[in-house]
Amino acid sequence: MADNSDCTALKPDRDVGIVGYGAYVPRYRLPATEVERIWTDGKGGTPIKEKSVPGLDEDVVTMSIEAARNAIARAGDVNPALIRAVWVGSESHPYAVKPTSTIVAEAIGATPHTQAADWEFACKAGTEALQAAIGFVGSGMARYVMAIGMDTAQARPGDALEYTAGAGGAAYLVGPADEALAVFEGSFSYATDTTDFWRRAHQHYPSHGGRFTGEPAYFRHSLGAARGLMEALGTGPSDYAYAVFHQPNVKFPQTAGKQLGFTHEQIAVGLLADDIGNAYAGSSLIGLAAVLDVAAPGDRVLLVSYGSGAGSDAFSLRVTEVISERQKRAMVTQDYVARRKEVDYGTYVRLVGKLMLK
Amino acid sequence: MRDVAIIGVGQIEVGEHWDTSLRHLALGPVQAAQADAGVAQADALYVGNMLSGELAGQEHLGALVADFAGLRGIEAIKIEAACGSGAAALRVGYIAVAGGLADVVIVAGVEKMTDMLGHDTTAALALAADGDYEAFLGLSFVAVNALLMRRYMHEHGYSHQDFAPFAVNAHKNAVNNPYAMFRFPVKAERFATAKMICDPINLLDSSPICDGAAAVVLAPADMARSLNTAPIRIAASAVGTDSLAVHDRRDPMVLDGAIISTRRAYEQAGVGPKDIDLFELHDAFSVMAALSLEGAGFAEKGQGLRLALDGEIGIDGRVPVTTMGGLKARGHPVGATGIYQIVEVVQQLRGLAGKNQVKDARLGMAQNIGGSGATVVTHILERME
Repeated sequence: MADNSDCTALKPDRDVGIVGYGAYVPRYRLPATEVERIWTDGKGGTPIKEKSVPGLDEDVVTMSIEAARNAIARAGDVNPALIRAVWVGSESHPYAVKPTSTIVAEAIGATPHTQAADWEFACKAGTEALQAAIGFVGSGMARYVMAIGMDTAQARPGDALEYTAGAGGAAYLVGPADEALAVFEGSFSYATDTTDFWRRAHQHYPSHGGRFTGEPAYFRHSLGAARGLMEALGTGPSDYAYAVFHQPNVKFPQTAGKQLGFTHEQIAVGLLADDIGNAYAGSSLIGLAAVLDVAAPGDRVLLVSYGSGAGSDAFSLRVTEVISERQKRAMVTQDYVARRKEVDYGTYVRLVGKLMLK
Repeated sequence: MRDVAIIGVGQIEVGEHWDTSLRHLALGPVQAAQADAGVAQADALYVGNMLSGELAGQEHLGALVADFAGLRGIEAIKIEAACGSGAAALRVGYIAVAGGLADVVIVAGVEKMTDMLGHDTTAALALAADGDYEAFLGLSFVAVNALLMRRYMHEHGYSHQDFAPFAVNAHKNAVNNPYAMFRFPVKAERFATAKMICDPINLLDSSPICDGAAAVVLAPADMARSLNTAPIRIAASAVGTDSLAVHDRRDPMVLDGAIISTRRAYEQAGVGPKDIDLFELHDAFSVMAALSLEGAGFAEKGQGLRLALDGEIGIDGRVPVTTMGGLKARGHPVGATGIYQIVEVVQQLRGLAGKNQVKDARLGMAQNIGGSGATVVTHILERME
């Protein structure tokens, strides 16, 4: 790091927090053993138990609307017309040109006096939107901003990513701290030009650098952002009740947590990869939703995203007194996880449109 | 011919050196070997390397490494013999010193394999096989070895699990080698459930794709004592060859190249297999370890695996192999491997192998194999009394 780097936490002038949050996970599940059965004769080994698969009529638009409605339900009396920005981070926007966010904004009643935009930064597009929302609200430009991370993740058939590339995400309504169920204490970003995973224009499936996606990519950036934030805030692992990391599989977030000094118990609640896979831009944000579902007033939560290309955003949150009465106002994350219908590889191919008929 | 001695050695930790360029990889060991030898200048540099053109976009390594090591102007050439490139480079350095054409010669091995994706590396490694008759038909290098392993099991009646002692022994020894890639033990039970790569070869049968570099400094033996306190004599240096394609061999289950190479080496050194205190063999795949033990005369055909099953390959066994981890656990940066083997034999003969020291080691043999057995380079090293 250069000597003149600013190592203070990112923090707006005005305290802001999460006013409402909501998760969404499609109901279909593809066991990893199905991918193994088709591609490695059952001999490849599996990185997770199963992944979520979107239904025929589901995409990032419909799923974002579901999550955003849950977030508004938890927020209480917020008038959607006061949401001055609706931002959706994803790798699976249905249109190459035409925003997802305008459709979502329309559906939740935020139009027309709102700013809408789609965000792209591999798996951290969702926390990009969240961090920008903190700035928008923290500066006083807006009272509320909806930030969403949602994906129907792509993976080339037979690729190592196909075991994990899942579907899901979460929406966060960011607003003034005095209305919040969790207040942002600060955030910290860490980004470099690191080519570990990418998808070029007009390509269906992403490419990746194999083992290079680990140490110099995921771990360097996740640990860099987490350490930077904790150093800037003067906190340590023992100050947090929970820690949530980007979860491309089960092993990476566990290893990152361990290297930072977190216990298995601190990580377990927000680690959903074994049951729903890697929801790309929704991955760390849905982990946070699962944590907020069970968090108690006063709990502190560390959230660390990771996006290839590469960068991490780390957030420190403190849960407030109002959390308890907000948690049950919408379907909780674990209920979405438990709501499952198993499919075989053939059905999965049909559901996600992997079979090109013409 | 003059007697030749190794007066300095250097190596870097084998691993994924994503932040280090090819030339930087080579530089450290070259300088370490020079410092160990106590000589700053050299007459020639020979660099063993297999895949720099394919995987690092760079050929012409002789002049490149010489220049980067501050040796601009000296004779410098890259030597290639597939996975046997490292020892082949030593063979050329040996010829130069033994023939009186050079006094101080540096021999380095360097390979950078992890900057490319797995399938690119796999395709590059297939260049060691017969291009027209093996690789062209879709055989990867691991597939060639899988065919050999399957045949070995079939002909000699072994199960896959019988190969476990090679990996267990290699990993056990790597624990004490700070330059090894995998410094952790594995249990035989894990061997049964390891991830399949190319049936029957699984992850624990196979050496890893990795980066590494090692170097040695050679000098005439009569000059060596004045330069270094613990010179090691090269008692034998021999190359044997066979057909590149397995199907062209007299018997696919016999490494004729190893038999020829080892016989020449034994003759030069005036010794036999029973005189060898340790054997750094070429365990790129576990079946290669078994075939090597047979080719080098330590076991009859089909009995190489028996040596391992009988516990004879450990540090205290009858034929200690892979004493610092071997290709399996120290790692197999292909063109550098032959020099790592030499560095490790030198460590043993100097009595500096720490917890892995083979007791009273006086004669050590290293055998580096190119391809599935087409080039076999054997060196026997001897502690100078």
